[in-house]
Amino acid sequence: MDYFLELFFGGLTRGSIYALIALGYTMVYGIIELINFAHGEIYMIGAFTALIAASALSLLGLNGPALLILAGLIAVIYSAAYGYTIEKIAYKPLRKAQRLSPLISAIGMSIFLQNYVLLAQTSDFLSFPTLVDEFAFMEPVSHIMRSSELLIVATTLVCTVLLTLFIKFSRTGKAMRATAQDKTMAMLLGININRVISVTFIIGSGLAAIGGVLISNHIGQINFYIGFIAGIKAFTAAVLGGIGSIPGAVLGGLILGWTESFATGYVSSDYEDVFAFGLLVFILIFRPAGILGRSSTDKV
Amino acid sequence: MKRIICILTGACFVLFSGAAMAEDAIKLGVPGAHSGDLASYGLPSAHAARLVVDDINARGGVMGKKVVILQEDDQCKPEVAANVGTKLVSEKVDVVLGHICSGATKAAMNIYKDAGIIAMSPSATNVELTKSGDYPNFFRTISPDDAQALLQVDFALNTLKVEKIAVIHDKGDYGKGIAEFAYGFIEERGAKPVLFEGITPGAVDYSAVVQKIKRSGAEAVIYGGYHPEAAKIVSGMKKKKMDTIFISDDGVRDDTFIKVAGKYAEGVYATGPIDTTKSPMAVAAIEQHKKVYGEEPGAFYLNAYAAALCLLQAIDKAGSTEFDAVTEALRSNWFDTPLGSISFDEKGDAKGIGFAVYQVQNGQYVEVGK
Repeated sequence: MDYFLELFFGGLTRGSIYALIALGYTMVYGIIELINFAHGEIYMIGAFTALIAASALSLLGLNGPALLILAGLIAVIYSAAYGYTIEKIAYKPLRKAQRLSPLISAIGMSIFLQNYVLLAQTSDFLSFPTLVDEFAFMEPVSHIMRSSELLIVATTLVCTVLLTLFIKFSRTGKAMRATAQDKTMAMLLGININRVISVTFIIGSGLAAIGGVLISNHIGQINFYIGFIAGIKAFTAAVLGGIGSIPGAVLGGLILGWTESFATGYVSSDYEDVFAFGLLVFILIFRPAGILGRSSTDKV
Repeated sequence: MKRIICILTGACFVLFSGAAMAEDAIKLGVPGAHSGDLASYGLPSAHAARLVVDDINARGGVMGKKVVILQEDDQCKPEVAANVGTKLVSEKVDVVLGHICSGATKAAMNIYKDAGIIAMSPSATNVELTKSGDYPNFFRTISPDDAQALLQVDFALNTLKVEKIAVIHDKGDYGKGIAEFAYGFIEERGAKPVLFEGITPGAVDYSAVVQKIKRSGAEAVIYGGYHPEAAKIVSGMKKKKMDTIFISDDGVRDDTFIKVAGKYAEGVYATGPIDTTKSPMAVAAIEQHKKVYGEEPGAFYLNAYAAALCLLQAIDKAGSTEFDAVTEALRSNWFDTPLGSISFDEKGDAKGIGFAVYQVQNGQYVEVGK
């Protein structure tokens, strides 16, 4: 039973990270029907920013949790700025172009950002300090779930709830939903589409940065390439849950995390990816739009 | 037709040039990749042979005879290597320093075996070349591919006295190769490999694999792969308060591993090549290369230097170029080379070179066993 729980919480942690990144994919797709392949790099940039900020702030003598929150905040702001700028540079000029053009632009942006960090920082793996000590109250269950894992799951939960409330009840959230339904109509009704799209990119990037900071704190190492695999897996999670759907992204992330964890635990880690992508194929056969996706006919 | 004429003409040319040489000389064949995209593997060995032979000739040669080099290009291709082998045999070489690539070496070995000629490779690491026993005339001055795995398993079972070992790898050629050898050796020794798993490099985390290692009850993990994944697994295990011993390979015996894994690296074992480039003989050999060729020596230079020394000294000691006499001399004598003092076992692998076990102690790798 302990083994099952360990795998369950391991998968939950991994799935939460996928979910945080998948939210960015799904929000952007929901609004402008673009798969933002540079999203994984935002996650990576968030992790790097947090590492740099944490090193600088630790000189001021701050302790662990304060350091994590401050560094995390800086990473979120910085990554959000990146997301905003990427949209303005790489996607906005192509908004009226064929659907393939912004897609290629996104892949180009992803390659550019990876290499930018490679050149500006380093190609080596860097050690990321453990900023949060083990909580005392977690001691009895620490063999099943570590404090950094609890932190990831809790943060994902809070972020998802806040995001859902924001989209349901705030003015901007309503404007986002309206834009997602029908861009032209929303425009006619006086919604500033450009602003809505920018906000979407900012929120998505911020969430990815949170994921980057939390997983780096958990794993303890980063390099310029971590965004690629995390991005691919999160994209898979978004498609699995139904791209464009926010609960779908979270659900997709968790299902993917659990599938990988249980496949490793009970079968073999050699087949981890086989099970993950096999599940994706299986679900897409029966629900082509993903688990919670609305079916539509004219998407890429 | 044209090609045959080409080959014939070439052969005639070589025959004539061979005939022009002094009749009474020791002929050292030096086949290897000297052109093509793998030339950088073969040329340093040819340089090494040239430098050693010049040295020995300046000091009076072997058994009072001059040594001449017959250099042949096999391009690392097995089919070319077989032709090269035949050619060297027809030119009556006494010993061969080569080939360079394992595939090419295998292709030529039968030809040398039938002719009773000893070949010593500075770089062919394929296990079968020595272990199969098919080539009694084959020797090498480099460790075979399974040397690290053998050392890891022996160290775990005999020095650390563990019984249950989990074998993990990163699914790559290098890591999986070592892991498979390790698995085989564990079974051979009658111990229990409790787990054999491949992980996906670059995955977000390895908590599930760590849990699995824990459940398997392994006392030690042998990991084949590189340092980023090793660092993730080691820190994952330590954070779960597991005291499982972690043993890895020369992909991990690197200071970057200690930098990335930080305090979690403490106590980790890794095998790595014994560093001999600082020994006086190696320094002298490298200096010699720089003086003659004006650049740093390339891959396998020291191995080839050692092989040339061993072959020629063995002939000198045996007092003949006879197969049995030279083989006996190679096995019963220790030779001073840039790789240290080496001899050869009955299979043809060199004794005294290879890998050592290192352990991270106070943030540094320290040698703890050979």
